[in-house]
Amino acid sequence: MSVRRRHLLAGGALAGAGAAAGALAFRGDEPAALAAVDTGTAIVPFHGVRQAGVATDPPAHASFVAFTLPAGTDRRQLGRLMRLLSDDAARLTQGAPALGDTDAALALLPARLTITFGFGPGLYEAAGVPSPVKALPSFAIDRLEARWSGGDLLIQICADDALTVAHAQRMLVKDARPFGAVRWVQTGFRRSPGVQPTGFTQRNVLGQLDGTANPTGDALDAAVWAPDGSTTLVVRRIRAEIEKWDLLSVADKENAVGRRMDTGAPFSGAKEHDEPDFAALDANGLPVMPDYAHVTRAHVTDPALKILRRPYNYDGAPNAVGHPDSGLVFASYQRSIERQYVPIQQRLAERDLLNEWITPIGSAVFAVPPGCAPDGWIGAEVLG
Amino acid sequence: MRTLSRRSFAVVAAAALVTAGLAGCNAAEDPDAVAAPAARLTVKDPWVKAAGSGMTAAFGTLVNDTGKDVTVLKAATSVSPMELHEMAMDNGKMVMRPKTDGFLVKAGGTHELSPGGDHLMLMKPTAPIKPGDELTFTLTLDDGSTVDFSAVAKPFAGAQESYAPMAGM
Repeated sequence: MSVRRRHLLAGGALAGAGAAAGALAFRGDEPAALAAVDTGTAIVPFHGVRQAGVATDPPAHASFVAFTLPAGTDRRQLGRLMRLLSDDAARLTQGAPALGDTDAALALLPARLTITFGFGPGLYEAAGVPSPVKALPSFAIDRLEARWSGGDLLIQICADDALTVAHAQRMLVKDARPFGAVRWVQTGFRRSPGVQPTGFTQRNVLGQLDGTANPTGDALDAAVWAPDGSTTLVVRRIRAEIEKWDLLSVADKENAVGRRMDTGAPFSGAKEHDEPDFAALDANGLPVMPDYAHVTRAHVTDPALKILRRPYNYDGAPNAVGHPDSGLVFASYQRSIERQYVPIQQRLAERDLLNEWITPIGSAVFAVPPGCAPDGWIGAEVLG
Repeated sequence: MRTLSRRSFAVVAAAALVTAGLAGCNAAEDPDAVAAPAARLTVKDPWVKAAGSGMTAAFGTLVNDTGKDVTVLKAATSVSPMELHEMAMDNGKMVMRPKTDGFLVKAGGTHELSPGGDHLMLMKPTAPIKPGDELTFTLTLDDGSTVDFSAVAKPFAGAQESYAPMAGM
């Protein structure tokens, strides 16, 4: 495939099936970059009934950018803001520069760029309409810091390339800053494209397979989307207490979760996707899946009550004595935060052994409005 | 300056090509492409630099899909008197000045209006042009016909040019 493209490029022929990739490579700085062309040119449609970046297979890099609206912000200002941002997103995600893009060449490799907008309770208040979401109840395990919490507007920017994410963020922030202040930015990463076959479950910084129980297909639709194409997003910054985690044996680590570290299989099964059997007893008559294990606490039977975990790892600079600043930018999408996310989190907060090694330090909730048509903009139902 | 401007034009043109090829995104879906089949000229990707006060400018790509050259002689909007401007060297310094003979768009060609290059100048807006505002413009062509388009106002800090009103007179 890549040989054929190379020939196309050499011949300057831009017709036929390879035309799109050829055109991109033709403009590229160096033909040697051809090997990565498939990743760089991949496009996720922006327009549609539902916003992209939710059910989309998560790209390798993400930036979550939250804004605070100043007092006195009104619905008309918010309409102008969202028209601008929707236009930027529509262009950038399709590999085209934003209007007035001062470094247009950085926009040309979208690498599955998705830009997803979320509205916090404060935005609805400013617009004078009831908010579909409200801040989470406080949990005993929370050690929340203001610098990672709250937000009136969220932009989730995801792509398989960190430079693409950086450029999109720069353009979006430039257009948003006349309307509000940057409240926090959380960047994160997953495995890069090509490292594992698609569909494999990611590992987090604690080495655990993360997302095994995610709903897929029709179950995902039922759990995530309202009929109008809206959903909700919870973003939690969860610090990993890696120094403490490192003291554990593999068996202890597995006990905390209820899964094998290497395969991700539940204690009651042999393979990662074997359904955990919570009734199974061991030779001593004790449950094979411990009651305090993360998988047991987080388990949901009703598919409609599941959440779609879409987390990213973070890894900041270690401190002077070499302790890591690592963890999870936990992001979950669900139709209802109250009915789906909160009960799970309450069970985890009560008695999840894993709480010994993780600490929630940030928390925010957003309503994710429906997608838009090519002649529309995100949020028009609320702000139009 | 000249080189920079050409380069950014090439990038924009190429991006448009790629978008059409990859996403199957057709011109009819582009909210900013003004559909005017009978017009001799269209304006692609128009935008205005938002300004709290004072002069500002409108940009975009003039597209001539016809077989004849077209010259844009005049631009107008309800919120400000306007002039066609170009950037030129004046005493070793890049300045902008009125382009009195208009913008020539060759048959089947395009002409880019961009910060740092040719642009449509709003000389004295009567009110602040806020980010996200939509402004309507009318271009007058050499045959007397007109082309309307609307452009969104964007916050933009680039291309801080100096103005030399007398330079082209």
